[in-house]
Amino acid sequence: MNEKVLEKLKILAESAKYDVSCASSGTSRKNRTGQVGSTAGWGICHSFAEDGRCISLLKIMLTNYCMFDCAYCINRRSNDIPRATFSVSELVDLTIQFYRRNYIEGLFLSSGVVRNADYTMERLVRVAKELRTVYRFNGYIHLKSIPGASQELVNEAGLYADRLSVNIEIPNEKSLQLLAPDKSFQSVFQPMRYIHQGVMQSSEERKRFRHAPRFAPAGQSTQIIVGATADSDKDILRLSSALYQRPSMRRVYYSGFIPVNTYDTRLPALKQPPLVRENRLYQADWLLRFYQFKVDEIVNDDFPNLDLDVDPKLGWALRHPEQFPVDINRADYEMLLRVPGIGVKSAKLIVSSRRFTRIGTEQLKKMGVVMKKAQYFITCHELPMRTIHEIYPEVIRRFLTRKTDKKRGSDLQLELQFE
Amino acid sequence: MTIFVYDKSFEGLLTLVFEAYARRRFPDLLMAEEEPFPLFYDEAVIVYTDEEKADRVWKGLEKRLSRMALSTVTAVWLSEIPQTDLLLFRYIRKVIDSPCSIELNFGDVEVMEISKIWKKVMNERLRVIQFLRFQKTADGVFFAAVKPLYNVLPLTLSHLRDRFADQQWLLYDVKRQYGYYYDLKKVDEVRFTDKETHLFSGKLDETIMDDEEKQFQVLWKTYFSSIVIHERINPKRHRQYMPVRFWDYMPEKF
Repeated sequence: MNEKVLEKLKILAESAKYDVSCASSGTSRKNRTGQVGSTAGWGICHSFAEDGRCISLLKIMLTNYCMFDCAYCINRRSNDIPRATFSVSELVDLTIQFYRRNYIEGLFLSSGVVRNADYTMERLVRVAKELRTVYRFNGYIHLKSIPGASQELVNEAGLYADRLSVNIEIPNEKSLQLLAPDKSFQSVFQPMRYIHQGVMQSSEERKRFRHAPRFAPAGQSTQIIVGATADSDKDILRLSSALYQRPSMRRVYYSGFIPVNTYDTRLPALKQPPLVRENRLYQADWLLRFYQFKVDEIVNDDFPNLDLDVDPKLGWALRHPEQFPVDINRADYEMLLRVPGIGVKSAKLIVSSRRFTRIGTEQLKKMGVVMKKAQYFITCHELPMRTIHEIYPEVIRRFLTRKTDKKRGSDLQLELQFE
Repeated sequence: MTIFVYDKSFEGLLTLVFEAYARRRFPDLLMAEEEPFPLFYDEAVIVYTDEEKADRVWKGLEKRLSRMALSTVTAVWLSEIPQTDLLLFRYIRKVIDSPCSIELNFGDVEVMEISKIWKKVMNERLRVIQFLRFQKTADGVFFAAVKPLYNVLPLTLSHLRDRFADQQWLLYDVKRQYGYYYDLKKVDEVRFTDKETHLFSGKLDETIMDDEEKQFQVLWKTYFSSIVIHERINPKRHRQYMPVRFWDYMPEKF
């Protein structure tokens, strides 16, 4: 370890930071004697960067030399930035030492494309292989699959990695052709298909033989850039909903576009990354995965974009007053989930406790239901009747989006000016 | 008002449950002997901790509660929040008196309150697991200091033992002045009589640090600062997810 490693770490971490994924969930692996570490099924964040994003894995690139010239990427060939390459042993040592000090859960390794896809992929796999077979590392490994890599290499990667990912980045083929001429949908979706096949095949084998090797037990994930192209939320969410149809796809990440190459006129010039839109997309994603919503209920041809003022669930509820009010003490779990202000946890609490007693507002509050929103959409045996049918959806919308400006004091207060 | 006086131990609380049922008198207030009594009260019952009685009560609870609920009870005890002992007493009493299991009745005040405290304790446990940072000493032991809100060290041990099975480590609670030491075979509770400075400050002195330790701290710090996306800076969320009380012992925040 010396100055050189420090310099490389700095360069390669800065090159890797625009990748959103940092999850370490989806795999449980117990420690075995003579081996290093374990993996907890739910994932652990070991630190939080000052932008509020979790640092769970050592998110780093093997090299940031790249022969591709993607318009949105900091590491594109035509950018004049410091370049570096880690050797396998440096990276492995760094991972193990960080891991032993409880800084990280494991490694998230990505790479720029050098020479060709297979050459790069092979070097990524070599790091994972060395960690698993030489150092007997039991922590989490997330490998990026390089677009265009061959099936043999993806299959080998799946044996060592917990999660594999290929980033789609741009949700439609035409824009991808424009912004990333070296990539194509084919080169992105092909490795995805390989991963999916590997996962399915391994789960089939494990049904027959208990000790058959696991293939990427935490499945795969991908990432879509939001705001770099003119695609609507409908396009993005339809794509992710289609991706979730495959059981191996665990997460789709949405990354608010940050203009890193401001000179490139193919991209919009944004002052601020579209953080609110990104947040709404994540909320919609949660509705798809945990709240049993269909994508057409959230966005459709009439409402192609998500409402930035209200969350997608509230938006759906305001468009569908006929579904409400919901009787807390009778409605089934699926309907409880659709009430704004009730989440998965509180819906489960309600279902389990109403076997004992009728539930009232006080208890709902204690269970963590957001009554500010929920009150217009529910009835229970004591709630005053001011539901969505008595006061109209537009009025509720106005109530809930009213901004309370805390900094500006009330008009009734005398304000003293100090010079 | 009936006061029960006991030694503020968990066994004491269980004995107290036994005594209360034996006397058919139930406390409105639980106190330690050295605490000042309120001005007016009807009766003060002194309970002497008795392993056998405590054991009987625990066995009774094992019959009535699931393992999950039993671990909830112990976790809530470790919270050390004032007045939780009375809450636990009421909860146990409800469990004993009720003909069917009440542990999922979250409409009930005590059950809800217990589950809330349990959640707080488990969150703190998770934070300790997340944010504890080992520093390697010259003799190869990994040392970490923490200052958790609740007494959660015992709850973290199973995880740490599994994960760091092939390295000796010492996890030390600076606030409560005790810790756990793992010697590659088993985990022991340790208390020190002559305390060196790092048991107060949580930071190892450079003389007893492993040669490479400082380098890795610098490397980690560098990584931590280069991973930030400056366009998205958000100090509020940073503090919210990584509470300031842990920063003292984290190299990236020294």
